[in-house]
Amino acid sequence: MKKHVILRKLFFSTLYLSAFTFGGGYVIVTLMKKKFVDKLHWIEENEMLDLVAIAQSSPGAIAVNGAIVVGYKLAGILGALVAIIATIIPPFVIISLVSVFYNAFRDNFIISSLLEGMQAGVGAVIASVVFDMGVDVVREKSAASDIIMALSFIAACFLDVNVVYIVLVCAALGVVRTLLQKRRRAK
Amino acid sequence: MIYLQLFWSFLQVGLFSFGGGYAAMPLIEEQIVTRHSWLSMQEFTDLITISQMTPGPIAVNSATFVGIKIAGIPGALVATFGCILPSCILVIVLAKLYFKYRNMQMLQGVLGSLRPAVVAMIAAAGVSVLVTAFWGDEVISFFGTNWVLVAIFLVCFVLLRATKLNPVFVMVLAGVLNLGGTWVI
Repeated sequence: MKKHVILRKLFFSTLYLSAFTFGGGYVIVTLMKKKFVDKLHWIEENEMLDLVAIAQSSPGAIAVNGAIVVGYKLAGILGALVAIIATIIPPFVIISLVSVFYNAFRDNFIISSLLEGMQAGVGAVIASVVFDMGVDVVREKSAASDIIMALSFIAACFLDVNVVYIVLVCAALGVVRTLLQKRRRAK
Repeated sequence: MIYLQLFWSFLQVGLFSFGGGYAAMPLIEEQIVTRHSWLSMQEFTDLITISQMTPGPIAVNSATFVGIKIAGIPGALVATFGCILPSCILVIVLAKLYFKYRNMQMLQGVLGSLRPAVVAMIAAAGVSVLVTAFWGDEVISFFGTNWVLVAIFLVCFVLLRATKLNPVFVMVLAGVLNLGGTWVI
């Protein structure tokens, strides 16, 4: 297949997925698999699973990371760039429009009352997500994970520690733990 | 100068948010509310709400929203670029390493230790969202509490746990309930 055909298809597929996917990165990655593995057969199933794992383990938005791995796999650096641009355009345009309306309408009684109520709603959504994720961590039955979770919460919520430091400390802890495990296994 | 600040702030958001979805939220709060005061906590909570209702990652939505507010369209472009730059570099490096060695033991180990911290940080950001909803900019007190919003929060939480309702629908319901509530009272 000619390269510009791949790039064009990649651009419009990614643009479409990004414009119409509500519900975050995990959903968009699943839809990417459907498009590029099941429908177009451009990527093999196993390889796609590995690509998704890379997208999820890297920092940053999963939708953007997913676009990068798929674009890179299909057409190298240029493919990655095309996929990123297509992923960014829809939210960029939509939020630009929203920000215009936000400034015009925030003081409107009905809009501000709706937004105020939705703050309690989004709080409930976050609480529910945290509940699920927290249960997963507790189910690991690892005292170290529980302590990391408790201390990080105290540091972020009550001590106002910059969250970047929490990430760095926990990443360093992860390195130490992995090295210790390796050494134990080697003995 | 403002462009450089926007770029640098969102670069940190892009670089340190592991786990997708809400993981970026505490980092965005740190940068744009606590550190630079580009948004009030109220505006930040609105932004998270709007992000939930529109397509696109929270980090990219925030970069666009804050960028435009602080420095117009060029600001939005610079902030968005900062936010995706770490991904561009790290994802490609990781993909190369992965295809070469097919071994991600160290990365898995690091992510394993980060996960509990990420949950805790999202929880902390959730607490600040709720504090803003229940008490606004006032000091936390019993009589200063917006009990209508506390009730809406509880109803929504129960709905989310007990049914399979779409979160966006629950949020819209919360908005409508509050509109109805303020009308009655």
